[in-house]
Amino acid sequence: MMIQLEDVTKIYKMGVERIAALDKLSLRIDENEYVAVMGPSGSGKSTLMNILGCLDRATSGTYQLDGQFLHKMGGGGLARIRNRRIGFVFQSFELLPRLNAIKNVSLPLIYSGIGWYGRRKRAREVLRRVGLGDRMRHRPNQLSGGEKQRVAIARALVVNPRILLADEPTGNLDSKTSTEILALFDDLHRQGQTIVMVTHEEDVARHTGRIVRMADGRIWSDRPRDEDGGRRADPAGGDGERKEGQPT
Amino acid sequence: MIVFRLLLGLGRLLIRSVFLALGQIWANKGRSVLTTIGIVIGVASVTAVIAALTGLRANVLADFESLGVNKIYLHASRPDKGRHKVARWNELMLQPDELDGMLDHCPSVVRFTRISEMPAAARFGEQTVDARIIGIEPAWHKIEDRPILEGRPFSLIDETAARAVCLVTPSMQEALHLDRNCIGQRIRFLGRAFRIVGVVEPATQFGVFGIGRKNEEVFIPFRTLRKMFRGGMYAIAASRSPEASEEARAEIRFFLRRKRKLAPGEPDTFGAEAIQKFLEQFEQMATMVTLVAGGIVGISLLVGGVGIMNIMLVSVSERTREIGLRKAVGARPSAILLQFLVEAIMLCLFGGLIGLLCGQLLTTGIAAIPKAQLERSYIPAWAVALSFGFSAGVGIIFGMFPAIKAARLDPIEALRHE
Repeated sequence: MMIQLEDVTKIYKMGVERIAALDKLSLRIDENEYVAVMGPSGSGKSTLMNILGCLDRATSGTYQLDGQFLHKMGGGGLARIRNRRIGFVFQSFELLPRLNAIKNVSLPLIYSGIGWYGRRKRAREVLRRVGLGDRMRHRPNQLSGGEKQRVAIARALVVNPRILLADEPTGNLDSKTSTEILALFDDLHRQGQTIVMVTHEEDVARHTGRIVRMADGRIWSDRPRDEDGGRRADPAGGDGERKEGQPT
Repeated sequence: MIVFRLLLGLGRLLIRSVFLALGQIWANKGRSVLTTIGIVIGVASVTAVIAALTGLRANVLADFESLGVNKIYLHASRPDKGRHKVARWNELMLQPDELDGMLDHCPSVVRFTRISEMPAAARFGEQTVDARIIGIEPAWHKIEDRPILEGRPFSLIDETAARAVCLVTPSMQEALHLDRNCIGQRIRFLGRAFRIVGVVEPATQFGVFGIGRKNEEVFIPFRTLRKMFRGGMYAIAASRSPEASEEARAEIRFFLRRKRKLAPGEPDTFGAEAIQKFLEQFEQMATMVTLVAGGIVGISLLVGGVGIMNIMLVSVSERTREIGLRKAVGARPSAILLQFLVEAIMLCLFGGLIGLLCGQLLTTGIAAIPKAQLERSYIPAWAVALSFGFSAGVGIIFGMFPAIKAARLDPIEALRHE
């Protein structure tokens, strides 16, 4: 067992109203799992990702990563965890426009105190691994959408993270490029990478080995892909989307 | 070991922040230049003002030096309390014999000269010139820095025999239409004829004070003058060294008080002032003026600092997503804080450097203004250090708020920022 969430609750205060984005959620993810998190917007999947990624802290409950209790850690400690153990891939890539691919990829290494030469060497390796060996000196505006996302994935991988968190990584890409990126994720998974991916699309979720479906801050279905009932079982009516502001 | 590693880490963080800041400043060249203008103007004006005041001070000091810094002036003075408050001047006046034995009793005093002055018309042939007739003792030549240009100085014999000899200045020589070699010629004043034995260099014209006396001077032995005229006199004493002048002054005071039989608690009936003391007072005053003027101009640096703060705040808010990303990939708040703080400091230091160059240009310009007595203006090393220190200080103070703002950003919020 690598990740264990136990009774995790996250409450946001909106004025006097208290909204539970996560409601006593428990989740366990093992080494080398490939998990898709699905659910309508407002179901709490982004909050879950933020907590898994140590960007946010739960109001109550415990979070264990590799046997370490992270919910007790301070800001500096969490920054260190984000830096060494977690790789983030965002829907909108989040590359720094003025830096070329190598510099974008080596950004996390700056904060782990690795020297200039070590950073470049490591960044080159990872860029080659994601198939961008010939695009190392290009800036984001000289790259296509798929290439940008590859750079972002390389940046997430450069620290050898224990877990790769991807928030709708294909959300901004066309279907052909999406397929390529998903193939890359499949590759990484085969090489032993643990991946948690948030997605809206059933086709994307089909690539994973396990599908977690959320609604109202709770998990209502958590099954291996082959046993998953698909959207027909969605209690929200099966449209896959929910209106904003629906009570949770 | 732990301390060493901590220092190493901090050094790395700092170097990295400096490179980041340089990149950022370069990327926003135009904006960076506009931002630093406030600092540039501030530093330029502060250094120029300091340079000008330094030049002025140097000129005044040079004037003081020409007066002689080891001299002590002795003169009668009416105290403003005690029994001598109502004494007549005749009683208070210095008498020549009062100073007898002063060298024996005052070890810090090496020599002194009694001096007495009176105005008189000097005549040679058809020419008449209004002059100051000054009676001096031979020691005067060693106290005043006024070499003999022609002929010879006064000797002990001139003094003891009260000879009718005189020294003139070159301007006197000209005004009276004396021969080019006037040694041995006779001029008349105070109803007697005096033989010229030498020509003495004219007194230094005081630049800053502007009180160079135009009167022509004729010097005669003190005793010669004293025989014809029993007016007031004063004396100039010289101490061993400029440093000993205060000591010499105290010894003279003690000596004269005893001569005049002043009881303890009674005020002095004479004055003894060391040039060195004026010099020190002036130095203090000049330093104060420099600091105050520099400080007032320094306010413009604060204005420049506000400009820096403003632009850093803009920078923080337009780079919110970048900050969010950096935090998401593991930048600690301290690293973000340092990044923005170093950027502000670098901006200020660049401004300081350019300002210093502008200040040097201004100083060169000021020094070239004719008749402004500022030709000695220069930027002292401490002003350079001060400008950079102040620039860095402004950077730290005004960069702190935006940097803290950046460091406190919530990464989730920051990444959502449009």
